[in-house]
Amino acid sequence: MPVSSDTSPPPHPLLRCSVIAVAVTALAIAFAYVAGWLTPQRLTPQRMVSALQTNSGLYPGYRRNHAKGVCVAGYFEGNGAASAYSTASVFEKARTPVLGRFSIPGGNPYAPDGSTPVRALGLRFNLPNGQQWRTAMINTPVFIVSTPEAFNQLTVATRPDPATGKPDPARAGAFFASHPETAAFLGWAKTNKPSASFATDRYDALNAFYFVDTHGQQHPVRWRFEPEAKDEAGAGPKADDNDYLSQDLRQRLATTPQRWRLLVTLAAPGDPTNDPTKAWPADRTTIDAGTLVIENEQAQDNAPCRDINFDPTILPAGIIVSDDPLLPARSAAYADSYLRRTREEAHIPGTTPAATPKPETK
Amino acid sequence: MTAPRAFHPLARLLHWTMAVLVLAMLFIGVGMVSTVSPKHQWLLAIHKPLGITILLLVVLRIIVRLRFRPPALPADMPALMQFAAHASHWLLYALMLGMPLIGWAMLSAGGYPVMLGSSWRLPAILPASPVLFAWLREAHQYLAYLFFFTILGHMGAALYHALIRRDDVYPSMTTGFPASVEAAKKPPENIGPPPPDVLPPSDNAG
Repeated sequence: MPVSSDTSPPPHPLLRCSVIAVAVTALAIAFAYVAGWLTPQRLTPQRMVSALQTNSGLYPGYRRNHAKGVCVAGYFEGNGAASAYSTASVFEKARTPVLGRFSIPGGNPYAPDGSTPVRALGLRFNLPNGQQWRTAMINTPVFIVSTPEAFNQLTVATRPDPATGKPDPARAGAFFASHPETAAFLGWAKTNKPSASFATDRYDALNAFYFVDTHGQQHPVRWRFEPEAKDEAGAGPKADDNDYLSQDLRQRLATTPQRWRLLVTLAAPGDPTNDPTKAWPADRTTIDAGTLVIENEQAQDNAPCRDINFDPTILPAGIIVSDDPLLPARSAAYADSYLRRTREEAHIPGTTPAATPKPETK
Repeated sequence: MTAPRAFHPLARLLHWTMAVLVLAMLFIGVGMVSTVSPKHQWLLAIHKPLGITILLLVVLRIIVRLRFRPPALPADMPALMQFAAHASHWLLYALMLGMPLIGWAMLSAGGYPVMLGSSWRLPAILPASPVLFAWLREAHQYLAYLFFFTILGHMGAALYHALIRRDDVYPSMTTGFPASVEAAKKPPENIGPPPPDVLPPSDNAG
């Protein structure tokens, strides 16, 4: 071991070497622990997304959930009514450009539209100051579970049986029995038949947020978009049509823009902000904050919405996240899903390459 | 002009401040991408402004480094060790400068608004591109691992200088009083008083 010429060999060299080894190793172990490498049972965003991917199969370049969708564009016209509660410029009497995406859940971009009663809407509002408001909503009044852990257990419990291609009813049943908070969602799913149009559905943010007013005061809120279009009696999809939602939207937009009212519900003291399985009572104050106007649509494969991560925690000044534990989990999992599909798009070694150009969804 | 024996006090202050910030940053980064808990949100909220703070500090540090010469490595250090020391320092500077810029570019390419607070936004430095995003995001992750391993090596080497070699390298970044300088100040033991001709001229000579 080289030693500086003007110093003698150190006393206790072994002890000194072990001090160095212990210090370096301790730091490395702390890093590995924080990274989750030492705790395989811990729920990480990667494990959540992998569970979804296991259920649906791998479709390179596509979202790991809500893989099937259609891009839309338009604007939001605020009416000023929500400005008393939030400083976000989107609520002022002004037009804000919006990019969006209608979708159905699941990781299969070729899934039949009738396979699920759930429809979803992701929106990205581009505010004039460069800030953004992103929101990802579904057409149900309540979410199915309250926590990311329960969501992951649900994903695992409803994994298709390789023999039948369908979830094992016993396993799924056991999950629902042990999670009574799922009852409200299951009740909705049982009675709600798959709708025939994206344009006639309502889309609910489910998670609570806070609006922040000019005085810095926080107001717990939930928002939803209520359609102006109504379902026409008797108008429904043909039995064998698996892609009727995008065709219906194309036809509607070819003649007229589609409109939704943004309804913001203010919580009363005691209303839960951390549990999207519990709806707030119907008598809560609701503000009509403006109108979403969707003017055109495009197939998602090469349209701008493909590359948007509709992370619901990307918010402009004037809106902040609540204590809902699903919000950080959604943000983390969406980021991992976004990384996976952009990696495949970029043909990064070690990933399954996405087809270029992506096939049209059939 | 003689080479300085220690780092300039400003360089030492920047080194230890950044040591804490960069280590915190690496732990925050690896923690925020691997948790679904509410920690994800506040780690993310710290990560971005802290990254910009580190970027500003490293620019200041490079100026200080160019303005004030660092001390030379001990002449008796083997050539391979000297090379490793210089190479790892270059690498650390490159990573301190590169990581915040890659993070910023990555968010820009991903189409995200680069928010440092609820309303403080940095401009995008790249056009939105999912392909660029993916490469930069991968680079950000793997360079962070490289950064962490380089820091482990740097820390091990510093402790090796302090505990085994016991040369001037460690004090040159801590107290600024290298052991050999301290030793030179004191009269060597067991040799007796210095000869009279090396004593400074006494006051009563004038």
